[in-house]
Amino acid sequence: MLRLYQSELTSRLLLGTARYPSPAVLTQAVRASGCEVVTVALRRESSGERAGQGFWSLIRELGVRVLPNTAGCHTVKEAVATAQMAREVFGTSWIKLEVIGEDDTLQPDVFGLTEAARLLCAEGFEVFPYTTEDLVVAERLLAAGCRVLMPWGAPIGSGRGLNNLFALKALRAHFPEVPLIIDAGLGVPSHAAHALELGFDAVLVNTAVAQADDPARMAAAFAQAVAAGHAARLAGPIEARDFATPSTPLIGTAFRG
Amino acid sequence: MRILVNGAWRETHGAELATLLQELGYADSVVSTAVNGEFIPVTARAGTALADGDRVEVLAPMQGG
Repeated sequence: MLRLYQSELTSRLLLGTARYPSPAVLTQAVRASGCEVVTVALRRESSGERAGQGFWSLIRELGVRVLPNTAGCHTVKEAVATAQMAREVFGTSWIKLEVIGEDDTLQPDVFGLTEAARLLCAEGFEVFPYTTEDLVVAERLLAAGCRVLMPWGAPIGSGRGLNNLFALKALRAHFPEVPLIIDAGLGVPSHAAHALELGFDAVLVNTAVAQADDPARMAAAFAQAVAAGHAARLAGPIEARDFATPSTPLIGTAFRG
Repeated sequence: MRILVNGAWRETHGAELATLLQELGYADSVVSTAVNGEFIPVTARAGTALADGDRVEVLAPMQGG
């Protein structure tokens, strides 16, 4: 069971709702993934088109929890105001806090992130900060009141998997009790399995599913990979070695001596 | 007066945020609002006075990652 703030979840796969070819495909992918949490955003609403109203009906019909994000925010002020607006519209105090510092990599501005996290935690938000793998930043976010961290695997939408294995392993080892969700950069299910094998608690995937040729099939594949990776973690993987160790017993080998 | 709504200038007679939203057809929409970068809750829309040149954001649920 995965515990995020006061919620207990069965699925360790969280799914983004952006970039699907159609709302119908999004619905199929969410169902196929078995996920219990989807991320959503806020955008300017045209009074003529009212696109947001239809999207919100679709999400509510799915019966999953929503994790609103502050995507696109570059300052503490923007992120805090967006979080406050999201809490009102979505009726949840969960917020995936993004404060973007650099546009080519969409790397978090970790200084703004920790400040925004402090302000939002003080206002009663349950903050899921989108952060880097930096240990000191993680410490600051926990000190600010965050009880979950979302380190990136690789830049958003890049599909590169776990870019900095050394630091991610260190982060996992350093905070054994903190739920850590790999957010961003996963490309294929094996990346997700690897994250869970390393002991990460969950993964959040969007582009890898939404932009696949068959999003629903890819969502199901990610769900299987996450379940396999988690089971493997519980089973206790062997250590990697530099040389061979015979798996077949040597005693009684024929034609020797 | 002129109000910048979601990045576009609008001419309005509404002196309050609630009136502006009504004028622009957002009355029954699920939206959240900000004026000059500050969140304005639903309950405060009627009491929030607007001034010429104010920036209003009207946001709604959207796909996100």
